[in-house]
Amino acid sequence: MMDELRELYQEVILDHGKNPRNLRHPDDANREARGENPMCGDKFTVYLKVNDQKVVEDVAFEGRGCAISTASASMMTEVVKGKTAEEATALFHTFHDLCTKDDHEHCDHGPVDEEAMEKLMVLSGVRQFPVRVKCATLAWHAMNAALTGEAKASSE
Amino acid sequence: MSVTDIACATCFDVDRIRADFPQLSRNVHVRGGKKPSPGKPLVYLDSAASALKPRPVVDAMARFMSEEYANIHRGVHYFSQTATDAFEGVRDKVARFLNAPSRECIVFTRNATESINLVAASYGRTFLEKGDEVVLSIMEHHANIVPWQLLQMEKGIVIKVVPVDGDGVLDLDAYARLLTDRTKLVAITHCSNVLGTLNPAKEIARIAHARGIPVLFDGSQAVVHSTVDVQDIDADFYVFTAHKLYGPTGLGVLYGKFDLLKKMPPYQGGGDMIQRVSFEGTTFKEPPMRFEPGTPPISEVIGLGAAIDYVEGIGRDAIAAHEHDLLNYATQQLSQIEGLRIVGTAPGKAALISFTLDGIHPHDIGTVVDQMGVAVRVGQHCAEPLMDRFGVGSTARASFAMYNTRAEADALVSSVQAVKEFFG
Repeated sequence: MMDELRELYQEVILDHGKNPRNLRHPDDANREARGENPMCGDKFTVYLKVNDQKVVEDVAFEGRGCAISTASASMMTEVVKGKTAEEATALFHTFHDLCTKDDHEHCDHGPVDEEAMEKLMVLSGVRQFPVRVKCATLAWHAMNAALTGEAKASSE
Repeated sequence: MSVTDIACATCFDVDRIRADFPQLSRNVHVRGGKKPSPGKPLVYLDSAASALKPRPVVDAMARFMSEEYANIHRGVHYFSQTATDAFEGVRDKVARFLNAPSRECIVFTRNATESINLVAASYGRTFLEKGDEVVLSIMEHHANIVPWQLLQMEKGIVIKVVPVDGDGVLDLDAYARLLTDRTKLVAITHCSNVLGTLNPAKEIARIAHARGIPVLFDGSQAVVHSTVDVQDIDADFYVFTAHKLYGPTGLGVLYGKFDLLKKMPPYQGGGDMIQRVSFEGTTFKEPPMRFEPGTPPISEVIGLGAAIDYVEGIGRDAIAAHEHDLLNYATQQLSQIEGLRIVGTAPGKAALISFTLDGIHPHDIGTVVDQMGVAVRVGQHCAEPLMDRFGVGSTARASFAMYNTRAEADALVSSVQAVKEFFG
């Protein structure tokens, strides 16, 4: 039983869950969106600073959630920083596939940062825990909503 | 407690009861393939969300559907008559179960949620005006909040909320102070699905009635854990759902005082609730038929009848005694775990324990204990305002039923310890 749990809660996830990176509210953020999972009550706000060239100069989040959702939010901030809006969107969709679909079902969402996807692989364990997929994708939905100018996102 | 009840309480045979619930002998997370696993025995501690079904309930429904089926209140043929008798017999049974003064006070609905919506829509729309007040409590399930908010949007009524103290005990003084000349209804849960608090229904009703205010109780949890007497409480409305009482889903009950039900217009229109229909105008049947349009969930009503027989066969006092033993035992064991906080510590509470662990999110608790076969509920339990009151985003909740054992309480405790080690 513990094998499955170790598969889901890999060391990297436990680390990001306990010590989330970029857990802050940047003063100069110009986009933000809330992500809510009404089932468990998790709430995140994702902040972006997007410049005129549509590059995400800064990304951070605030809120509370489980180990999976917090770790995923933390890792999202690390990989999205410095990406163009287009690249961030491609990462969102590719990551979403990683959490929800078998390998052969993954779609091409445009060029993605392969190194970032390597890092995010640790979260692919949620595929075996369908009810936890929403945890892993919550902050990503919020990030995508902030990019597209929506105020709210839900992983429902 | 009668002599027979005492006899029953001493001979409570949990193994015999467990044998009636086939699901309790299932293993979870059974796996084949390269890494086969026999899985873990199910430890079902989520009965407050929905109780498992004993074989007599399943059998009664199966027998009705496979051998005795017909629509009710319509045909002159044999099975239509026997089905109608069986269906209406359960109405009598529910009336006795709640000690209602008559069978005409019992309305079948889809669930407790619909029962409350029925009162809000029919009674609320008819008798409440802009500025009138409905008093709820902070410990309400969303089912007893949102219907009143819909009425608020439609009519401009005002919703007031009774607070609780740190143990989760309803503040009766604050309650009495909240009642005004504009208060037109009090709607409060008889037993909290998160805290387990059993509210003093009789006292709540007495205080409201002194001002001529009717009271609705949400009894979804209370009917499972205690004996409810709607006349003793003097409830004006009392609602519960069948599926938490070891019965089927898709069926709820609304008890209402007959003079109130009689004053209320229909909630939905259709067949079986009318006296006469013409395009010039239609007249409605008396309660309860006025509130039961269309073909009702007949098999489910038959199932509820079997569930009530089953519960009463074991004895409600005996069940409550067994559950309290489990509650006390589990509370004691869980309290020894460092960093574990129990939310809801009211005296005399029902057999459920909501808890949090320092630094570990309830969702993570739920996933880990599930791997060990322990089924608990995690989340907000449809009670977001209450979560805010106690400063928690969510909790894990273990709830006990007649079929649970001390060994299962031990399994809960060791699984929670494993959670701590895992995230430690």
